[in-house]
Amino acid sequence: MSFDVENYFSDIAVGSPILYFKGNIDSDLINSMLDLIEEKLVSVNENPKLRKKVYNVLVESLQNLYHHVDKVPEGFEDQVAERFGIFSLLKVDDGYKIVTGNFVKNEGVKELEQKLLRINNSTHEEITELYKFILNHQRISSKGGGGLGLVDIARKTGNKLEYFFKEYDEHNSFFCLNILVDDKK
Amino acid sequence: MSITHFSALIFLLTTKNDKNLKRTNMEPIIIEGTPKTPTIRFDAKEGVFEIKGRSIPENSVEFYKPLVDWLDKYKDTPLGKTTVNIRLEYFNTSSSKCILDVFKKLEAIHKAKNDVEVNWFYEEDDEDMLEAGEDYESIIRVPFKMIEIVE
Repeated sequence: MSFDVENYFSDIAVGSPILYFKGNIDSDLINSMLDLIEEKLVSVNENPKLRKKVYNVLVESLQNLYHHVDKVPEGFEDQVAERFGIFSLLKVDDGYKIVTGNFVKNEGVKELEQKLLRINNSTHEEITELYKFILNHQRISSKGGGGLGLVDIARKTGNKLEYFFKEYDEHNSFFCLNILVDDKK
Repeated sequence: MSITHFSALIFLLTTKNDKNLKRTNMEPIIIEGTPKTPTIRFDAKEGVFEIKGRSIPENSVEFYKPLVDWLDKYKDTPLGKTTVNIRLEYFNTSSSKCILDVFKKLEAIHKAKNDVEVNWFYEEDDEDMLEAGEDYESIIRVPFKMIEIVE
């Protein structure tokens, strides 16, 4: 049942790649990627508003990987990575795309999908209220996340979160999140 | 003035001086900023607290807990007026919860009839940062001033 997650990811991450990474997502890696991308966006004179939005969404999506990825399936090519993820930043006509890919346990798919559906079915005002509610009522989880990352991404981009789940084996699925950051909001 | 009144006055003065002493004995918190954590200046003698720069660490609780604990102590003997300057360029959602904890301590100080003012700075056109300030303003019962930094 298993498949090549890199190919699967590439089919989703369509655009001109600026940066691509596959492997262990740790704190130093996040620092380096943020530095590199910030430098790149400054060097191409990207407008400051869009540049800030991209940076904000980058931080949240990379830290989502850091806090939430599940262990890789048995028999997967990379058994060393504690937090295996794939990440890409791409230039598209309207702005930028940030695409992430990681394994999730099959039993966690439903909850994650419900969260994404709730966000995608909400208006901007509802997302703002949801953000404030979680901010004020939910404590930081044992994984270190605040439960706000996806809500924040949807709020800041003003775009629906495109996502894909594909079952990898009887215990694991591969999850991809495709985020468009443009300057329309 | 009767002896009882005199003793009460002495007691009040002593208590007040004790409180002042307790506050002035509080070491200020001064932390230089890094690419992922903000510059911190918390000075109990001046009653001016500043958080400035970027706040995007993976583990924000580790960074903010000492600040929240410090404010918890300051809360017992605050100055009549406390000014808080928040001048953040970026902050992640994990920090947003910790910043709320900081504001909750300030809210308690304000509730105990002390002046507290939050100056929330945001860069020109940074609507996201303005909105973030407005989120806190709607949750926390402390006066906020939104200040646009025009370059």
